[in-house]
Amino acid sequence: MFCKDSWDWQPDRKVVADLSRLRSSYAGIEEFAASPDGRVLAALVKTEDDQFTVWANGQEWPDKFELAWCLRFSPSGKLIVLVRIDDEWTVAADGKSWQERFEYAWDPLFGNDGLVVGIKYKRENLYGIAIEDKVWEKSFNGLRDFCLSPDGLRAAATVQVKALREADIFGFFEGVWSVAVDGKAWDKQYINAWNPVFNADGNTVAAEVRTDICDYTIARDNEPWDSRYGCVWAPVFHPRDNSVIAAVRNQGSWMLYRNNEPFWQGRYNQMWNQRLSSDGSRVAAIVSPDFGKWTIAVDDRPWPKLFSDMVLAPVFSPDGQRVAAIVKDGGRWTVAVDGVPFKESFEMIWDPVFSPSGQQMLAMAENSGRFVILANGRKYHKQFQKLWNPVFSPDGKNVLLKYIEDDKYCRQVVPVEELLG
Amino acid sequence: MRETPESLVVDPGLDETIKKLTPEKIQTVVEHVLTKENAARLKVYSDTCVHCGLCAEACQTYISRDKDPYYSPVAKVKNTLWELVKNKGRVPPESIRDMSRIVFTECAVCRRCSMYCPFGIDIAYLLLVVRRICSLLGVVPAYLQDTTNSHAATMNQMWVQQDEWIDTLQWQEEEAQAEIPSCRIPLEKEGAEVMYSVIAPEPKILAQLLGNISQIMTVAGIDWTMPATDGWDNSNMAMYSGDFEVMGRVERLHWETAARLKVKKVVMGECGHAFRGAVYDGPRWLGWKFPPIPMVHAIEFYYDLLKSGRIKVREKYKKSVTVQDPCNTVRGRGLGNKLRYVVNELCESFIDVDPRLEHNYCCMAGGGTINCGPPWKRSRMVSNRVKAEQIEATGADVVITPCHNCHSGIEDIVGFYKLKKHVKFISEIMVEVMEIPDSLKA
Amino acid sequence: MYDFSRGPLVWIAFGIFLIGSIYRIVSVIKLAKKDKVVLPYMTWKYGLRSILHWITPFGARNMRLRPAFTVMTYLFHLSLLLVPIFTLGHAILWRESWGIDLWALPNLLSKLMTFIVIIAGVIFVLRRIADPAVRFVTSAGDIVLVILVLAPFVTGLMAYYQLAAYQTILIIHIWTGALWLAIIPFTRIAHMLYFALTRAYMGCEFGYVRHSKDW
Ligand code: SF4
Ligand code: SF4
Repeated sequence: MFCKDSWDWQPDRKVVADLSRLRSSYAGIEEFAASPDGRVLAALVKTEDDQFTVWANGQEWPDKFELAWCLRFSPSGKLIVLVRIDDEWTVAADGKSWQERFEYAWDPLFGNDGLVVGIKYKRENLYGIAIEDKVWEKSFNGLRDFCLSPDGLRAAATVQVKALREADIFGFFEGVWSVAVDGKAWDKQYINAWNPVFNADGNTVAAEVRTDICDYTIARDNEPWDSRYGCVWAPVFHPRDNSVIAAVRNQGSWMLYRNNEPFWQGRYNQMWNQRLSSDGSRVAAIVSPDFGKWTIAVDDRPWPKLFSDMVLAPVFSPDGQRVAAIVKDGGRWTVAVDGVPFKESFEMIWDPVFSPSGQQMLAMAENSGRFVILANGRKYHKQFQKLWNPVFSPDGKNVLLKYIEDDKYCRQVVPVEELLG
Repeated sequence: MRETPESLVVDPGLDETIKKLTPEKIQTVVEHVLTKENAARLKVYSDTCVHCGLCAEACQTYISRDKDPYYSPVAKVKNTLWELVKNKGRVPPESIRDMSRIVFTECAVCRRCSMYCPFGIDIAYLLLVVRRICSLLGVVPAYLQDTTNSHAATMNQMWVQQDEWIDTLQWQEEEAQAEIPSCRIPLEKEGAEVMYSVIAPEPKILAQLLGNISQIMTVAGIDWTMPATDGWDNSNMAMYSGDFEVMGRVERLHWETAARLKVKKVVMGECGHAFRGAVYDGPRWLGWKFPPIPMVHAIEFYYDLLKSGRIKVREKYKKSVTVQDPCNTVRGRGLGNKLRYVVNELCESFIDVDPRLEHNYCCMAGGGTINCGPPWKRSRMVSNRVKAEQIEATGADVVITPCHNCHSGIEDIVGFYKLKKHVKFISEIMVEVMEIPDSLKA
Repeated sequence: MYDFSRGPLVWIAFGIFLIGSIYRIVSVIKLAKKDKVVLPYMTWKYGLRSILHWITPFGARNMRLRPAFTVMTYLFHLSLLLVPIFTLGHAILWRESWGIDLWALPNLLSKLMTFIVIIAGVIFVLRRIADPAVRFVTSAGDIVLVILVLAPFVTGLMAYYQLAAYQTILIIHIWTGALWLAIIPFTRIAHMLYFALTRAYMGCEFGYVRHSKDW
């Protein structure tokens, strides 16, 4: 992805920025961000005159802002920040602010290639989405959940299409919510709509909808499924055949459905966050087979090992053969791979990263404010003041580490063998 | 049912909605809830209750209404659940209206009565079963239903728009900086120690509380964050209106937000029902035995800050104070003694209430009752004369209420019974009396 | 008639009581599993803690608020349990039928306890009528139940004092006693079976889950 090939993969360590120097030069430093390739460290800084600007590898952006927050790198390394200029909000990307200004603008999302950014905005009390400085033709009384198509060129959001008087419960139950795609709302209205999602090609949208006090279902391109369920959770598209897969609550237990037909046979006490392997041949989801016990089910087979506290969304290896997930048991976090948790547990742990072949796996974890890297579950000997998620090189031989140690931000490429010890 | 001032109250959520009910619909819903959604507790409690009336003395509505038998806890069950069970759901729509009024506006599901029933029958649970039935039938006081609708549509209690939320935090950050320049409200800080969550009335009508917490966090040196996405609101009126699907959705988002932000714990503001929703009712419906990430209530958080010396008191608060023990954190979490520690640390003169701790009377604003809105306010006031008497007896100038519902409820009572008292949150007193280290001063 | 009453009838009553009770308890535990959120929260420690507090006289605030009633309730329940098992006449029957040697209550005491049961029972009924809060939730069944409970005690006393035809009154005594025993699992007297369950559950909800107390 994102020309990772062109990144510098020579094993080496570079000090990119000295944070104590940075700290002494500004009145305040609010947020840090490291570029995906690690070569740039950016910070949101407060200048002497109480204004904000972006500092990146020693360079300040020319523009200053009344207020700024949400400093982010896109997957391709575009640096954006939300800024207020003359009491209006907009996006500044790589130092250049959008022409469009808004009463408020927030929640930036990137397309998969990282070139496109979309945001929610408010103008004259109406809400819409803007992608790359272009606003929707129509805006709405309300707007909540929002997503971009994988290429970032299209947007879908749940929208309130009619204003309601205060405490108008009857109007509400007639249905004033819908899904708008590129500014055009579906004709049908629902009591509620949540979590819209695009398919891989970005030409169809599905969302959760509510059609009565306790009737829920999935709608796709304005058409709800025929059946109603006691509850549903967010749908996903199959990457190949575009079928819609969602967990539904049926007679008190949760089942995985596909296009309104049972997909898995298992009945669970709870099920959510289903994920598909990249070719769609395998499906994994968080399930609770019994009250108070959680695990991952892969293709309807729950891992035998159950966890008491929490299990987070499963992660497939690139080839789809392996599944890992963050699990929490007895108050401690760790990662379980194919049902087997690491021996060690931590105060916090991040989503694991598989090597391109799926053979190796890295995860970053934290204990008492010190960060460590786990390579195939084993701790690498170095610790860090702060760490960003490690990245495998395309050939899987090296790993890019971005970290802060001794108050210095470093970019280091390390051969996988060294991490594996 | 007899006619009372309460039964004449006009509320479209009850009066209009019952017009659409058919006997078949009522029966189907009642049967579904009684047989499919509930099991052992419903059966055992119904079989065990010996109709002894020993629970009556527990209930503030019964005591306050001159021991009117109609308001004893068991009477409320008799007038609602027993009727439904006995008639197998074959009751007219008007009965559903009356039942809805009883379970939503005349009981605060405070669970005090469970401590007085020799069998520990969970009467509040039984009345919540009736609330569930009413909710599925759509017969819920309009304002409460509207709050639930807000939860469903916006994931917060008061129709707060996403931009309003962030904007308010940024505004309150500036307000806090006017007091202590280094104050922040760090948004979306992944990996912070603490996620701080509040209920929607804070950004909507009590924004200064957000500025206050920014000051407290800064002085105490806590690594904290607040989400800039939906999921920031920890309140849950859907839990009380009986819409458990919406309740679950709201709680799931709250906990997934905490997990996304990679925090070690969630600290919540001074609210009782929110604690109950986030720690007990929400997780249970979703399938968690306990909340997936530890949740610390403000009382406990302040206790830790004072006990550990992270917050020091410059000069104690002068006025005499008393407390309102919130049901959901005192009876519901045993935080009564920590509350007293905090109050004694912050204030010079504390006068306790009687009865106190777990036995304290409910404010009669919780359990969704205050959210039933203005039509029912008078009834709530009449239902809690005993609270007015209890507070008056302390002679204190200020009532400290570490709970939003208690706060509003006690303010209503102070107004209705013309008590000369002020009502305050702990945090309001804390920012007034805490020591700000010189290093933080402007 | 007397032989049947003394023999098979009592056996049958015991049988119904035992099987009925087991059935009720087992079905409750089954239902509790269906209720998902009950059993996972139950622990011995907090369950017993609550039960202990509530079987100790004046162990809960509500008992202290009404001392006279508390004393009466205790004596009533205590007598109700002890007299049928340990009264002298019954102790003899235990030995004759099963060869079990039971300690027997002194005659005077068991008479006293019987009076307590009857007097307390009558007061319960009066309270049901006089106290508006109780009257409001009282059904005819509640009164009938007290009468059924008192019947064997009244007849027992009548037999003891030979107030009527001894044989007849004895048979009535046995029949009412048997009835009393047999209906335990199927009426509100089942509270005797459920007390420990509901109390323990609430004790755990308050103690184990909520770090608080329920007395
Ligand atoms: S208000 Fe409280 S004491 Fe009264 S019936 Fe409801 S739960 Fe019981
Ligand atoms: S105290 Fe318990 S047993 Fe007695 S009437 Fe009330 S709920 Fe029923």
